[in-house]
Amino acid sequence: MAQLLAVTDLHTQFFTRDGVVRAVDGVSFELDQGETLGIVGESGCGKSVTALSLMRLIPQPPGKIVKGSIVFDGADVLKMDDDEVRSIRGNNIAMIFQDPMTSLNPVLTISRQISEALELHLKMDRSESRKRTIELLDLVNIPSAKKRLDDYPHQFSGGMRQRVMIAMALSCNPKMILADEPTTALDVTIQAQILDLLKNLAREFRTAFILITHDLGVVAGMTQRIHVMYAGKIVEKADTGELFANPKMPYTWGLLRSIPRLDEHRKAKLLPIEGLPPDLIAPPPGCRFEPRCQYRRDVCREKEPELKHIPNAKADHEARCWGTQEGGWLVNTDWRREIGDVQVIEEIKKEIADLPPEAKREGDGETPPPDKPKVN
Amino acid sequence: MLRYVIRRLLLIIPTMFFVALITFSLAHLAPGSPFDKNPNRPLPEETIAHLERYFGVDKPIPEQFVIYIGNLLRGDLGASFVQRGRPVADIIGQGIGITAQLGIQALLLALAFSIPLGIVSALKQNTPIDYLSLLIATVGTTIPGFVTAIFLIYIFGVGFHLLPFVGWGSWQHTVMPTFVLALGPGAFLTRITRASMLEAIRQDYVRTARSKGLREQSVIVGHALKNALIPVATIIGPATAGLITGSFIIESLFNIPGIGRFYVLSINQRDYPMIMSTTLLYAFIIMIANLTVDIVYGALDPRIKVS
Repeated sequence: MAQLLAVTDLHTQFFTRDGVVRAVDGVSFELDQGETLGIVGESGCGKSVTALSLMRLIPQPPGKIVKGSIVFDGADVLKMDDDEVRSIRGNNIAMIFQDPMTSLNPVLTISRQISEALELHLKMDRSESRKRTIELLDLVNIPSAKKRLDDYPHQFSGGMRQRVMIAMALSCNPKMILADEPTTALDVTIQAQILDLLKNLAREFRTAFILITHDLGVVAGMTQRIHVMYAGKIVEKADTGELFANPKMPYTWGLLRSIPRLDEHRKAKLLPIEGLPPDLIAPPPGCRFEPRCQYRRDVCREKEPELKHIPNAKADHEARCWGTQEGGWLVNTDWRREIGDVQVIEEIKKEIADLPPEAKREGDGETPPPDKPKVN
Repeated sequence: MLRYVIRRLLLIIPTMFFVALITFSLAHLAPGSPFDKNPNRPLPEETIAHLERYFGVDKPIPEQFVIYIGNLLRGDLGASFVQRGRPVADIIGQGIGITAQLGIQALLLALAFSIPLGIVSALKQNTPIDYLSLLIATVGTTIPGFVTAIFLIYIFGVGFHLLPFVGWGSWQHTVMPTFVLALGPGAFLTRITRASMLEAIRQDYVRTARSKGLREQSVIVGHALKNALIPVATIIGPATAGLITGSFIIESLFNIPGIGRFYVLSINQRDYPMIMSTTLLYAFIIMIANLTVDIVYGALDPRIKVS
C-alpha cells in the first residue's frame, strides 16, 4: 500500500507563563493508505496534540509547531498556506472529537452541521447536500434520519451525537480520519457500538484511521498497529498482536498490568503505575519514564534511549528502553512474572510519599493535561 | 408560539394592576400634597379644599383607587393636578414620540458600535484594539451622561458651533443627545459581547467547525456569534425599555420636550395621575421588551423552547 502520511520529528510546544511545555517532542510515524493505527498513552502525554498538529488546529498562541514535517499525500502540511490547509481539513483529513456533548454546535441543526462541509468541499447545493446528509445519517444508523434532519443536538443522546460526528467526519469521504478518544465520554455499551461502527465504516470506505485513546482495551480489536506514547514521545511501536503478546517497554507493561481482567480472582488487586507523568516543562534528562520505572538502572537517568529495534521481537517492533534493547538487562525478562526490583519499588513509593500533597492529588489520574495549558 | 405570545400579553393585565396598586398606595402614603408647592405663599384653605374636591383627592384612598382604575379601563388617564388640569394623555402623547425616537436612535447607535467592537476585541484579545475598547467601555460606564453632555455641548455647540444643543426640530438636534444616551448601554453591551464571544470561541464546537475546513470568518459568524449573542439579547431588553422611556437629565440638559423629565417632576409635585401614568408606561414597556427578548431567545437558542 502506498504511504499516506509521514510525520517526521514533530515538535509541538506551548508557550505558557510557567515556561515552554514540550507537549509533542520529536514524534515520527508513518501511515499507509487504508491502514489503522492506535496511539495509546495516559492523559497529557501528547496524543491529542499530535492529532491536532496533523490538521494544524493547535491554538496559536500559545501553541506552536516548532519543528518537523507532516507529509500528507505528498505535500507537507506545515508548509501550506491557510487556504491549502483548509482545503484538506474536513475534506481529506477529518477528525472525531472526544466529547460529542460539546463538539456539536447547540444552536445549529444537525443537517446544517453536516452539510456545511459538503457544500464547502464538494460544492453541492442545498438540496444535494441535504440528500447526502440523509444518506450519511442512515449510514451511521440514526433511526428515521429523514425526520431528524432538522433536529438540534440537544434532542440527540450522547451515542447518537457521536454517530453524527462520525457522519460528519465521513461526509467528504476523507483519506484519513483522526478519532481522538471517540468513546471516552460514552457509557460502555454505547462504546462498543460506536467502535464497531467506526471499524466497519473505515474498512468499507478504505479510510486510513488513527485511533487515539488511553484505553488499551479499546484499540485491541480496532487497529493494525499501536504506538504507545509517554511524555510527548513515542516509546513503543508494534503490531497490535505483537504489542499485546510481547511488549518491550516497562511503561507498556504497566499499562497492560493496570487493565482489570474478568478472569482474575476477585480479591486480586490492580497494579497501577506508581507516580505521575513528568512535568513537560522540565522533563527528566534521561528516559522520561525512568522516575516511575521499577526496572531502572543508572544509565536510564543519564542518557535518553533511542526508539529502535528490539531483540526477541518482530522486525518492525521498536521500543525506547535501555533495558530491552540489545545487551540490556530486560531482554529476557517475562513482564508477567517479574514485577520489577523490590528495592526500586520501595524507592518509588518513598519518593511519592515525599511529594507535596497537591502533586499527589493530581496523581490520582485526572491530571490536568499539559496539552491544554491555562493561558492568560 | 402564538398561544404563548397571547398568554404573555394577557399576563400583562394583572401585572399592570399590581403595579398600579403599589404605585398608587406609595404615592398617596408619601407626605405632602399636590397643592402645597410654595410654603412661603400657601394657598388659602378654601382653595385647597375646593381643588381637592374638584380632583377627588378628598375621598378615602381606596375609593380613589377604584375610581382611578375605572377611569383607566375607559382609557381615561386623568388630568394633571399641576398643569392646570391638562389631560395626562395629552401631555404624554405629545412627548412620547420625541423620547421614543431619541431612545431608538440611541439603541441602534449603541448596538451598531458595541457588538462589532465587542467581537473584535474578543478576537484580538490583549492587543491594542482590545485595550482601546476597554478604555471606551470604561469611559462610557464611569463618566455620567450629564458630564459627557456638558463637554459635548461646550465643544461642539459653544466652541465650534457645529451642532445645535437646545430644543428639538432638525436631525442635528438629535446628534448629541443620541450619542450621550447611547454611551452607557453601548459600553456595557461591548463588555458583555466581548465576554460571551471569548467564551464562545473557546468552545469545542468552534474547533469542530475549524476541523471541517471552514473559513475563519464562517467559523466566527456562523458558529460562534450566534451562541455569543444569547447573553447579549438578555441585556438588550431592559436597556431598550430604559432608553425608550427617556432620561430626565439628558432631556433637561438639551431642553428636549420629551417625557423623561416627568418621571422625576411628577413625583416631586405629588401629581398623582402623572405618577401613575409614567410608572404604568414604564412597566408596560419593560414587559413588552422582556416578551420580545424571550421570543428572540427562542429564535437564537433552540434549547429554550418558547411555549
